[in-house]
Amino acid sequence: MLIAATIAILVVMIMATIRAIMGPTVYDRVLAVNMFGTKTVLLISLLGFVMGRPEFLDIAIVYALINFISVIGVLRYSDNFTLKKSEAQKK
Amino acid sequence: MQVISALFLLIGSFLCLSGGIGILRFPDFYTRMHAVGVTDTLATAMILIGLILISSDFLVDVKLVIILLMTLFISPTASHALANAALHNDLAKKDKKSNDEVTSSNS
Amino acid sequence: MKDLLAVVMLLGIYSLLSASFFVTMDAVDVAFTEAAVGAGVSTLLMLVAITMTGRKEHPTRHKPLLAIVVVIITGSLLIYGTLDMPRFGLAEAPIHQHVAPRYINDSMQEIGVPNIVTSVLASYRAFDTFGEVVVIFTAGMGVLALLSMVRRSEDTENIDSNNYSMHEQHLILRIVSKMLIPFILMFAFYVQFHGDFGPGGGFQAGVIFASAIFLYTMLFGMNTARRVINQAFIQILAATGVLLYGSVGVVSLLNGKSFFDYSALASDPIAGQHLGILLIELGVGITVAAVMIIIFFNFADRRNYSPNKDSENS
Repeated sequence: MLIAATIAILVVMIMATIRAIMGPTVYDRVLAVNMFGTKTVLLISLLGFVMGRPEFLDIAIVYALINFISVIGVLRYSDNFTLKKSEAQKK
Repeated sequence: MQVISALFLLIGSFLCLSGGIGILRFPDFYTRMHAVGVTDTLATAMILIGLILISSDFLVDVKLVIILLMTLFISPTASHALANAALHNDLAKKDKKSNDEVTSSNS
Repeated sequence: MKDLLAVVMLLGIYSLLSASFFVTMDAVDVAFTEAAVGAGVSTLLMLVAITMTGRKEHPTRHKPLLAIVVVIITGSLLIYGTLDMPRFGLAEAPIHQHVAPRYINDSMQEIGVPNIVTSVLASYRAFDTFGEVVVIFTAGMGVLALLSMVRRSEDTENIDSNNYSMHEQHLILRIVSKMLIPFILMFAFYVQFHGDFGPGGGFQAGVIFASAIFLYTMLFGMNTARRVINQAFIQILAATGVLLYGSVGVVSLLNGKSFFDYSALASDPIAGQHLGILLIELGVGITVAAVMIIIFFNFADRRNYSPNKDSENS
């Protein structure tokens, strides 16, 4: 059952990567990266159980935090990109 | 105990897969956001509860509970921040009807 | 693709993927460092950089055909050269015969630390790690020398008004971050001191500590962050870390043994090893955290004085 869940999460990660490459707007890509990060947390927890090494959970905690900080960073710093674009359209 | 844990893992994987299909097939950013935001958190919670049920060590249990609590905090906040940023920057919504008030920018 | 923002995000996915590879190859410490540095700090710094340079890549005037041909020829020659090497992970390969068995067999008796990566990094190869810490410190000094600018005093007047105007927009984020940041700092300390028994150590702990400060800076504004975290203190901290590391070696010298021989630090050699590893990991963690904070503050500070001042105060 663990291995089936691992394969399911791998499939979903591939789907998220396809969306990250395809997505027309930047927000699609940010969404895909966020989802990829969350699935990586699950993948590492499951791999830790499959391979019998519970030290992997530290990495999972770090991933969850880093994923959050990256998404907040992208949103914070992409504010002035789209602000410049919409101001250019208004002119 | 193994059967209940396998059940939780199964539900979690199914939710995960449906979120993955949703992110590929939905037409618009806001609908994709809806698919990912809901299924992401719920699938994580299900799978982590399934793992807690089969773990044997106490420290591993504590770490899994920490990951679960953190995800419950972080994931909805990130979805909110993303949707708020998109709305604030006037990302267009693909609407079929034209009789709704979707063009307000500040919320 | 010409959109640099998309490229930065794909780089983030790439580093997450390579960390997953390291996890499947059972290299836990490396995956830890790759996760913290590659997906977190690196992505943030590149984002700050492209807010200053612009989001689209300028169209190149010439086709890069010659460069692609050279790269393909060199790459295929290198791959052809590696066909002669032993198979990946083979146990009888020469690289696994000389030094590695001694580390794996003797590390527990000589040093007494369960995590062999930490014992190799901090005790057997302490000199190399000293070089790494000095390199990180030099990078921080380079950024300070090139990018630091004197802050004008009238910027700090507007802190309260800017704080309030940013408050409504980021209200939920601020409240959730106020709950998360103490937890992230505590987790950084846990990783630092648990590095003897599980994955972790000084580098990873420093990066996690710095990313908590990044989160605070991004959400509460540069001016508030500068009031909370004094720049001069952080610069002194960066130097203190390297000094702590070097002084452990010098104390060993003064006690009659060779440089970085930890058995000179306490009466019992194993206790001396533990003390030595603790102190140098602390030095590494302090320096890495301080240098990351210096680099981020100087990058983000430059952004305030770039031409697009119509954006909100960062």
